[in-house]
Amino acid sequence: MDNPYLPYSVRIDEIITESEDRSLKTFKFVFLNSEDEARFAYQAGQFAELSIAGKGEIPIGIASSPVEKGFIKFTVNKAGVVTSHLHNMKTGDIMGVRGPLGNCYPWEKLEGKNVLIVGGGFAFTTLRSSIIYMLDSANRPKFKDITVVYGARTPGMLLYKDELIEWEKRDDINVHITVDGTDDPSWKYNVGFVPPITEQKAPQGNEDSYAIVCGPPIMIKFTQPVLEKLGYDHNHIILSLENRMKCGIGMCGRCNIGRELVCKDGPVFSLSEVNQTPREY
Amino acid sequence: MKVIKIDKAQFADGYKALQKVYKLFGPVKEKAFYNFKELVDGRQADLSFQNTRLSPKSIVFPQSEDMFTYTLDEASKDANQLKPVPEKNESRAVIGIRPCDAKAISLVRMNFDTQEYKDPYWLNLFNATTFVGLACDSPCQSCFCTTAGCGPYHEDGLDILLSDQTDHFLAKELTDKGAKLMKAAGWKTKATAGLEDKKKTAESKITAKISTDNLSGADTLALYNANFWEDASFACINCGTCTFVCPTCWCFDIQDEVHAKNGKRMRNWDSCMFPIFTVHTTGHNPRETKLHRVRQRFMHKLKYFVDKYEKGIMCVGCGRCVSQCPVNIDIRKISELMNKQASKNICAVQK
Amino acid sequence: MITYSNKIKEIAKRLLKECRAEMVIGFRKGSIPMMNEPCFVRTDEQADDLVWDSHCGINLANYLTSRDEKIAIVAKGCDSRNIVNHIVENKINREQLYIIGVPCQGMVDKRKILAQTEGEVLQITETENGQITVKSANGEKTFSKSDVIQQNCSVCIQPNPVLYDEMVADPVQGQTDIDQFADVRALEAMSTEEKRAYFDELLAPCIRCYACRNACPLCYCPTCFVDESKPQWLGKSQDIMDIKTFHFLRAYHCAGRCTDCGACERACPVGINMRILTKKLNKDCLDLYDWQAGMSIDKRPALDVYQTNDPEKFIK
Repeated sequence: MDNPYLPYSVRIDEIITESEDRSLKTFKFVFLNSEDEARFAYQAGQFAELSIAGKGEIPIGIASSPVEKGFIKFTVNKAGVVTSHLHNMKTGDIMGVRGPLGNCYPWEKLEGKNVLIVGGGFAFTTLRSSIIYMLDSANRPKFKDITVVYGARTPGMLLYKDELIEWEKRDDINVHITVDGTDDPSWKYNVGFVPPITEQKAPQGNEDSYAIVCGPPIMIKFTQPVLEKLGYDHNHIILSLENRMKCGIGMCGRCNIGRELVCKDGPVFSLSEVNQTPREY
Repeated sequence: MKVIKIDKAQFADGYKALQKVYKLFGPVKEKAFYNFKELVDGRQADLSFQNTRLSPKSIVFPQSEDMFTYTLDEASKDANQLKPVPEKNESRAVIGIRPCDAKAISLVRMNFDTQEYKDPYWLNLFNATTFVGLACDSPCQSCFCTTAGCGPYHEDGLDILLSDQTDHFLAKELTDKGAKLMKAAGWKTKATAGLEDKKKTAESKITAKISTDNLSGADTLALYNANFWEDASFACINCGTCTFVCPTCWCFDIQDEVHAKNGKRMRNWDSCMFPIFTVHTTGHNPRETKLHRVRQRFMHKLKYFVDKYEKGIMCVGCGRCVSQCPVNIDIRKISELMNKQASKNICAVQK
Repeated sequence: MITYSNKIKEIAKRLLKECRAEMVIGFRKGSIPMMNEPCFVRTDEQADDLVWDSHCGINLANYLTSRDEKIAIVAKGCDSRNIVNHIVENKINREQLYIIGVPCQGMVDKRKILAQTEGEVLQITETENGQITVKSANGEKTFSKSDVIQQNCSVCIQPNPVLYDEMVADPVQGQTDIDQFADVRALEAMSTEEKRAYFDELLAPCIRCYACRNACPLCYCPTCFVDESKPQWLGKSQDIMDIKTFHFLRAYHCAGRCTDCGACERACPVGINMRILTKKLNKDCLDLYDWQAGMSIDKRPALDVYQTNDPEKFIK
């Protein structure tokens, strides 16, 4: 019997400090046993449990993209016991990754459609995975217009800065970067919260458009009416939820919102699905 | 299905034979209460019990269970890598499990044995165990199994059903596992009578009820937002008694523990009554108040589970939470409130 | 008891009508024998549900923590002492409260009745002269109430409320010449090894449901030390060391505050007498500081004040 609680052993291959306050780091892992990489086949939007012997596990969205091979990447905010420990680990250290877990963004439905991506703060990770996936030359023709609105508190808190600059230069994706505020006179992008910037920059929605929204609860709350105003249907607004989790496979019982288990039935839900739950997240 | 007659005088010999093949568990009285324990040194199950304090769920789902071991010693080539604990698959048998508790195990199985994932710890213990049930001829006042999709002679989840006939037991073989155990015990006298008469008498003794008939069709959010929850949850002190004594509650926590360089990852029972069950690292808690938590427990058992699996409620009517709640929160009363609320909704829809 | 119940209903209705209280906290009749349910009432109609009998052992002070309404609360002697604690520890304001005092004649110990009754208990009735009649599946049996009350009630020094706005009846005669601490002295007399064995056996049945902690009005910490994760003070398994650490430390957190109301022992689903731990500390507070918790809102708790003549032999 396969043991779904057993993590794959991985080695930390690279650690990138993403944010100026050093609270966000991206960890690049390679599998100790190369055949585990195939077993870990994933899609953008899924998450995994990062496992550290002696500390425990933490569910984190997968930031690398299925089209990137040879490694997996996670961007981790330093917060609790496991993530604080992880932030102190070094390249070469051995730990575990268990997954992939949960569902993914609804890629079958998204094909042939315009895709609007709205992200805030460090929840941008699985959105990064999605963008890389869609921009891959084999996949790009499958999607119509791609628009990204991504905001952070300050320029120094933006994730994946090199990639943002690269996407900015491309003509097959519209990228709108914003910060809540900055005193940097050379800042040439938007200043403002994500919801109003979305209202200004995002294209109108119709039956051919989907919006994927990932960010702190307050951003999601204020983005929702903006998307409604732009004409996005509740079935076409896709959210990724977070709840406290342990097992990640629908068994330990704590992450449910009503009947739905965030870890197994989610974390990705449409807004109309979420509206039918007691919204305990 | 065969029915075997076992004279009570033969029981001890059968026990001895079984103890050679199986690790046995059964109800024994310790101080004030009965509980299921491993029967060691020839100890016999005391089948005169009415109900055990804790359910026998721990036989397949121990309160604390090791999952992995590891070493943190960097000198070791396996440092920081988890090793599953060896599988426990020696043959075990539970003697005298009540039909309600056995049905509960088959409900819990839906959680641990899914299409996508199999929980190896729960399933190994479950598969290694033969369940010998004891029909319930004198149910407690707080029992309501007959309205909870179960009954005093219910067979779901059992391999053998025993019925106490004063000087002998009638044993109904329900599965191959059960037949194997009967053979190992050497019990083989074919019975002429069946269990039907006593079954009817036992069922008629259960007068307490749980009301759930309106719930599967009810609107989840209307139930969730019903105004009785404040009153219903006021007394709750948020202890875990109801969930820990419940045979159908399966929630658990995963913890790492390290002594010197040796560590283990284990799981422990957890409870939706505890605030930390759902609290995020940020301190945000989606189920912040006791009202949230009490509502979660009853909504899970009587609504979310019903909708998710379409196999009835997640309760077998054993009555333990009713009799052991320190502040007398009673699932029968709550179910009635929920069921009434649900019937109001149905009326509203018809208008 | 019926007179108490009627009086409580009457007072509750009056207080609600006069807006002296937004809610009245008391007990309503339980759904099974020997159990009542703590409840709140806000209307005349609901006030009719309020009852009082010998099964109101849960300490209602537990339901006052950090509430902001104007509340009337039914309180027996020990409840009132815990209300005093709550006021002293700023968990509720005296001005918010209207205390309906109940002179207490002791609470029935469910387990004593169960242990002495053949068959399942179906019904229990009580006469005004202290007789308890138990109807069980196997017949009827009558007990003298004094034989079946909780152990803490049998050594209670304060059956009447220490703080109240109105009494439902005249105070009852308090007990004199009782030996409160015979059990603690027996424990103190044990050798270290005997104590270890005693505690191991005492706490072996614990399932860590925390009913004792949660039934206790003193245990209102927003996050209990057993639930802390940074740092995590103790493991969460059934390891006996972790179980003992929980019980011992909880007892110490209650030192100088415990009124021996018995809520912890009463709530325990597996019948552990963890009161022996808190009682030992109650005895120490009495012996060392002449202190008993919750007797006056004008005094600071023993471990909250320093006096030059404080005994300090135990500091080594």
